[in-house]
Amino acid sequence: MVHESLGQILVTTILSGNFVLAMFLGMCPFLGVTHSVAVAFPLGLATTFVIAIASISAYLLNLVLGPLHLEFLRLICYIVVIAAAVQLVEMFVKKTSPSLFRALGIYLPLITTNCAVLGVALFQTAREYDFLQSMTFAIGGGAGFTLALTLLASVRERVNLSDVPSVLKGTAMTLMLAGVLSLAFMGFAGIGG
Amino acid sequence: MSTNTPVSTATAPRNMQEFMEGIWERNPVFVMVLGMCPTMAVTVSAINSISMGLATTFVLAASCWLVSLLRHVIPKEVRIATYIVIIATFVTVVDYAIQAISLEMYEALGAYIQLIVANCLVLGRAEAHAAKFPPVAATLNATGMGLGFTLGLTMIGGVREILGNGTLLGISLFGADFQPWVVMVLPPGGFFVMGGWLLLFAIYRERKDRGNAARTAEASHGA
Repeated sequence: MVHESLGQILVTTILSGNFVLAMFLGMCPFLGVTHSVAVAFPLGLATTFVIAIASISAYLLNLVLGPLHLEFLRLICYIVVIAAAVQLVEMFVKKTSPSLFRALGIYLPLITTNCAVLGVALFQTAREYDFLQSMTFAIGGGAGFTLALTLLASVRERVNLSDVPSVLKGTAMTLMLAGVLSLAFMGFAGIGG
Repeated sequence: MSTNTPVSTATAPRNMQEFMEGIWERNPVFVMVLGMCPTMAVTVSAINSISMGLATTFVLAASCWLVSLLRHVIPKEVRIATYIVIIATFVTVVDYAIQAISLEMYEALGAYIQLIVANCLVLGRAEAHAAKFPPVAATLNATGMGLGFTLGLTMIGGVREILGNGTLLGISLFGADFQPWVVMVLPPGGFFVMGGWLLLFAIYRERKDRGNAARTAEASHGA
């Protein structure tokens, strides 16, 4: 896995290995905030930022914990660092755009428990990526997450205008749409290796 | 089952009711739609689903018990961070335990065991229930929710394994001629099966509602 080129990692994480549609990371915001593009897109960007910070921190933490033989503390350290990063983003968004802060609501602090953020830290450790590979993985993953969120949000905006059988309304419909999206993304398998 | 529990305190039947509620009426997977990442990712087979469910149940019950014990000690301002650290501790325990019990299962579940930390269900229960109730009630409620989660996972995992692989718990169901529906064990299958279950429940509920409405209409008509 160590020989993957940066381009390969980037294309894979955005398309064929999309965080949401292929690896099922970050399902809660994917199902929760995708009712409109105006909310989904900024949340994707905020998550990308947190993912990048988490990735850098995880890389530095590994440098410290490895030589000290404290690997069993890894998970606890990751989650504390992520919680701190989310707090930072929350303050930043609140300061720069209060309206966006209100629109994101509870989902902003919930980025802490977004599997995508913790997932990046865990997967880059498991795959033994070096610093540049980790960064590419994080940014690609964040971009893929934003892409999936925005796509689903735009499809849902359209579906809201059409006549859906009442039993399918709500989560069931969203899941079916996500399944179709996921099928489409499977078509990218093979690109980027 | 409830007849076997000692009714020493007045709260016992209520605890039992909450325990059962978590399993079916307020099922975390199908009703509350919490903890979706592992629900979709590891449910490619029934046995994976059961292991994942039981691991989550343990983390849920243990951390709710501890959170409930410490509920008067933890300062309100840092409670979420404290809960996360407690949960992460138990997840580390589970992670190492599964590695020791079955290396094969550990490799199949991969990073998703450690991702239990980020399962909204666990943090949600700690915040919404364990922080307000005494240890016994909190643990019972958490165990019920955990078993409900296991049930939901197994229902999805079972269907995906039968359709995508022609087996259930590794036992072949249809013989050698079965043409597996491969998409079901690939990522899209998770969305479709979960959506399918929700659809079935919605149809069932609508039928029941319509039946009830017809009966009340008939009764009022007769009167």
